[in-house]
Amino acid sequence: MKNRRFRLSRQLRTDITGYAFLLPNFAGCLTFTIIPILCSLVFSFTDWEYTRGFGNWNFVGLKNYIDMWTDEWFLASLKNTLLYTASVVPVTILLALILSVLIDKYCIGKLPMRLAMLMPYFSSTVAVAIVWVMMYSSFGPVTQLVKWIGVENPPKWLADYHWALPAVILVTIWSTVGFAMMIYTSAIQGLPTELYEAADIDGASELDKFFKLTVPFLSPTTFYLLITNIISSFQVFTTIQVMTGGGPGNSTSVMVSYIYRSAFGYYKMGYASAMAWILFLMIFLVTLIQWNGQKRWVGY
Amino acid sequence: MNRTKRTGFDTALKRRFGRDYKAKIVFTVLIGAIALTMTVPILWMLSASMKKALDVTKLPIDWIPDYFYPDNYVEVWNIGGKARRNYHFALAYFNSLKVTLTCVAGAVLTSTMTGYAFAKIKFRGRNVLFLLYLATMMIPSQITIIPKFVIFDALKLVGSHKTLILPGIFSITGTFLMRQCFMQIPDEIRESARVDGASEFRTWLQVMVPMAKSSMASLAIIIFLWTWNDYLNPLVFLPNWRLQTIPLALNSFVSEAGTEYHLMMAAASSALIPMFVMFIIGQKQLIKGITAGAVKG
Repeated sequence: MKNRRFRLSRQLRTDITGYAFLLPNFAGCLTFTIIPILCSLVFSFTDWEYTRGFGNWNFVGLKNYIDMWTDEWFLASLKNTLLYTASVVPVTILLALILSVLIDKYCIGKLPMRLAMLMPYFSSTVAVAIVWVMMYSSFGPVTQLVKWIGVENPPKWLADYHWALPAVILVTIWSTVGFAMMIYTSAIQGLPTELYEAADIDGASELDKFFKLTVPFLSPTTFYLLITNIISSFQVFTTIQVMTGGGPGNSTSVMVSYIYRSAFGYYKMGYASAMAWILFLMIFLVTLIQWNGQKRWVGY
Repeated sequence: MNRTKRTGFDTALKRRFGRDYKAKIVFTVLIGAIALTMTVPILWMLSASMKKALDVTKLPIDWIPDYFYPDNYVEVWNIGGKARRNYHFALAYFNSLKVTLTCVAGAVLTSTMTGYAFAKIKFRGRNVLFLLYLATMMIPSQITIIPKFVIFDALKLVGSHKTLILPGIFSITGTFLMRQCFMQIPDEIRESARVDGASEFRTWLQVMVPMAKSSMASLAIIIFLWTWNDYLNPLVFLPNWRLQTIPLALNSFVSEAGTEYHLMMAAASSALIPMFVMFIIGQKQLIKGITAGAVKG
């Protein structure tokens, strides 16, 4: 009788074990993710500047969210982010698709090729950015190549208002194409060979097979790559910060670099938080499209 | 005679490379050229890191220098030691290794525990908590960095490696990855261990963890890559140069060194070493890992 009263019920014991396992990670997740998220939401409705000290703020409603649409730097950063994403993502995915199919089908010595293309992805981002700054300098291989083709006065790439963003875009494509290619490669290896054999018997050409079998079969992979690449392009920071610092002027300033500058350069915590939430909304939108699109857009 | 010899060569090629060997050879050359182009920046970096200062800017580019000058590396690794500068390459390397390895060990441990709880233990509130985790996955880290700075500043932690380590040892992505892995292990295995009298903790440690080794390795590799590469967090939290990690040290080196291109390239090459070691050790796990964690850049 006494024994029974002091024994915990089975479910309660399971609960305790479960939470004990969860506790370390959850405590961290709470302190460094969930609470900061809530704080950030609160900050975004205030005019808080860090130099005034914690708690010394006024709630200003949606002012931050309205003001940013007349902020020239924010608009430029938003435009650059979208432009960057719109160029990096399609080119990367298309290149990766073509390369992975060609390598899988026609290449002798597949592994060394794949590893060579994957190498940029496994290089330290900052180190690679620095190498590319040198590559674009007047004595670097890119400038030399352009001169060799016959352009007499090659642009000063990273120092040129119009060329800086394309130059950065090229670096990103270079460093991410190998990764997308690996994902495609593993998908290609799962394609059903019977269908290709049937197509061969029907006398289908290689191009027919590519457009009518390979492309539709790989559409889930394409979709996955599209979404993940868009999300990571929205968040680009390191490469641009190291290569151009957002300049010249605002020609390569992107969302995250402007958020960083507003928060830790000008200490406008409220305003910067509001911009970070706009970034979140953009990502959220893409994720929503993913969830809806997965059913309709993708499929065999 | 000549003709038969050629046909013989033809058949040999066909036997070796298949019916469409001509297309294969053409595409192999083509793709080989592309692959080579992809490695040009890395090769150029290695080549420049082995040259003397003046030869780096010499035109036309000398891809394979007549000499190798490893002193650049010696000099880079001594930066900050003898000459007083606001960066110290070897120290930054040590800092990076310390932060990265601690984060990897911590994150793998906590994620394995949480993933197991979410996958196998039927405690109340599991689904709600899991949804909470799912929701936070979507939030970009740029949102949390401002409040994190405020919290660390209030705790007087800014300018300490704890600002990177404390958040780094908890991984939401890792929790997902490990939950996925434990879901695939049949419940019967856990139950039979429990029936044999093993506690939940012992079941986890001695039965489940050994079965999840490959996923743990993948997770370790992606966390390693993220932490080693992280630039924004150290930039915000580590104003003191003695605590700088490699990405920061590299950048301040470049902005202050001016024209010492040969040293910059030696520094950049050195920074790549751990990643290439990872690349060589765990190719298989690596690809699995990056596929799983692709969302977080």
